Amino acid sequence: MGKRIGMENALAAAEAAALCRPDVIAAYPITPNTHIPEHLSDIVAEGRLDAEYICVESEHSAISACCGASGAGARTFTATSSQGLLYMQEVLPIVSAMRLPVIMAIGNRAVSGPINIWNDHSDIMYQRDTGWVSLFAANGQETVDMVIQAFKIGEHRDVMLPVNINLDGFQLTHVVEPIFMPDQEEVDRFLPPYKPFAQLHPDKPMSMGALGLPEIFSEAMRAKDEAILQSKKVVLDVWKEWEKQFGRRYEPIESYKTEGAEILLLTMGSMGETAEVAVDELRKDGMSVGLLKIKLWRPFPFEELRKAVRGAKALAVMDRALSVGGPGGPVFAEIRSALYGEPKKPRTLNFIIGLGGRDVQVGDFIKMAKKTASTKKVKPEDAYEIYGARE
Amino acid sequence: MSTANLNPKKRFENFELYVPKLIEKKEYFGPGHRACQGCGEALAIRMMCKALGKDTVIANATGCMEVISSVYPTTAWSLPWIHVAFPNSAAVGSGVSAALKNLRRKGRIPDRYVKTVAIGGDGGTVDIGFQALSGAMERGHDMLYVCFDNEAYMNTGIQRSGATPFGSSTTTAPAGKASIGNKTWKKNVAEIMVEHGLPYVATACHSYPIDFMNKVKKARSIKGPSYIHCLSVCPTGWRSTSETCIKLGRLAVETGIFPLYEVEYGKYKITVDPPEKLRPVADYIKPQGRFRHLAPDQIKGIQERVLMEYNKLMNKVKHSKSWDELKAL
Repeated sequence: MGKRIGMENALAAAEAAALCRPDVIAAYPITPNTHIPEHLSDIVAEGRLDAEYICVESEHSAISACCGASGAGARTFTATSSQGLLYMQEVLPIVSAMRLPVIMAIGNRAVSGPINIWNDHSDIMYQRDTGWVSLFAANGQETVDMVIQAFKIGEHRDVMLPVNINLDGFQLTHVVEPIFMPDQEEVDRFLPPYKPFAQLHPDKPMSMGALGLPEIFSEAMRAKDEAILQSKKVVLDVWKEWEKQFGRRYEPIESYKTEGAEILLLTMGSMGETAEVAVDELRKDGMSVGLLKIKLWRPFPFEELRKAVRGAKALAVMDRALSVGGPGGPVFAEIRSALYGEPKKPRTLNFIIGLGGRDVQVGDFIKMAKKTASTKKVKPEDAYEIYGARE
Repeated sequence: MSTANLNPKKRFENFELYVPKLIEKKEYFGPGHRACQGCGEALAIRMMCKALGKDTVIANATGCMEVISSVYPTTAWSLPWIHVAFPNSAAVGSGVSAALKNLRRKGRIPDRYVKTVAIGGDGGTVDIGFQALSGAMERGHDMLYVCFDNEAYMNTGIQRSGATPFGSSTTTAPAGKASIGNKTWKKNVAEIMVEHGLPYVATACHSYPIDFMNKVKKARSIKGPSYIHCLSVCPTGWRSTSETCIKLGRLAVETGIFPLYEVEYGKYKITVDPPEKLRPVADYIKPQGRFRHLAPDQIKGIQERVLMEYNKLMNKVKHSKSWDELKAL
């Protein structure tokens, strides 16, 4: 049986990854994810995990080494943040096109410049379209669970895609939380050994990463799109199985006190827990308010979202990233697109918050909820604001 | 034994008798690839594969060789082969090598030795892939890296790379009234690899097939990192005729421009003896359109530099000591 422990979330993520018995780990140091690979290297050095730990000379090489190792049939894991993730970007869509289930934890951090090591979601948003299944954890427990789930999702024959697990830098990576850590036997029962569909070996030589001419490129992109869209079913199945074995329930969009709520707040990542407290306080004051928390960012759960907001009068989307010169935050853009064809939809506002580690407190969520309730008409050009930014 | 000084008739005596014993008959690369006529690089890859044999995994950088060999759904490779991107074949190879090691130890793949070989062109090796190469070699993976150096970015249209020779005209360092063309001297990556402390580093050229294949075999046998820098004639980019491919490779060696040597555990050795009196560099430069604009005094300057570099190497050949010899000093 697993047990309840107190542990820094980054270390817990490393413990969870080790429980999945990866064969090859390649990572490069960057704040704030660093404790994950550091702790994995400890686990390998102690002899608790039989894996090759490659101290690569860059993130580009980290993901490239994982890609090669996964091609050779190894279960692989890496972790990074921010600039490191951007440095990997060239390779990310290749990994998904090659259908290699590389698993990566991302300690989300702002993207320079100015240089800033603190949390927001800019780094993953630049990678939005790379064809990776993308999960968002709200706390340490979810981080641990999602790391283990990620291997099962990515390696499923109907998916065969890389998966990233997003945990907010510092707010999650550097915080000690109580965590139910499953034991090896439980994880082994949940996650069978990796049996690659194809692997680089002379007994059955094959070519991976061929050149796609215009005659085939559209089909290749469609294949990738179909694969990630269809992965949602596997994600849901894996979550059901997880709930059955471990008793913790996961949904693409989790709701908190949303029943009959007129005002909905929507968050992704760790700030969901702060927003819950705000909802509790507003409910005490009689405001009809609830909270939605996105756990599955890619494939985007359009259907679940439409269902979740049905009946609400107003929806406030809290984004931790900004699409500069665009429609506001990336989550907001997705949600407006999801709701565009709906006959009845809530007024939708977008608050860009918590950029580069700016603190967002309960009081801020209360203010944003009140503003959402009092804004009766939203002009498209006023749809988003960078909340709390000083003039 | 060097064959460079023998007359051609003697060189090919008993060819039928000996060659099949020296070279594997089985083809692992092609036929059916789309390389240009007279492509030295494709020829070199074919030889490399023969020397490596079946138990090999290739990690290929983006470049001519990936483009001409892997147009989906076809492939010229009958060795397991992976291509990911331009700058990372050494890193991809690191991962392959680590995976093979780990999976073999765990009994998930058959218990026999499989060599990982990363390959790239000069751009993918000396420029954009240099960091990945340096990292992979320094980490000491069991991996051979072979650079097929045709001295410019040929796949994208003959742009200058760090391996482009001085005075060569390329599409981004063109010769003109105000320019000699490429103004820098070729980056010597083989020497940089020696300084990474590799047990085996060699230079090679497809025009000396037995020498090249012997080096590949030797590198394959070393359980650790090794590097071969293979000069590969590119008629398209060098503006030379296809049928001079082999001849130009030989001239590069006979003029001292590209000496063939190996460095085994620190000890330098010439593997193909150059003629007693080196041929003038003009013999090599004249048949190539990329050097067409060079004036005699400019060729003289190149001659001086080539001699200096050549002497520098010969000095190492004379005086270098192997690691074992150094330990015993």
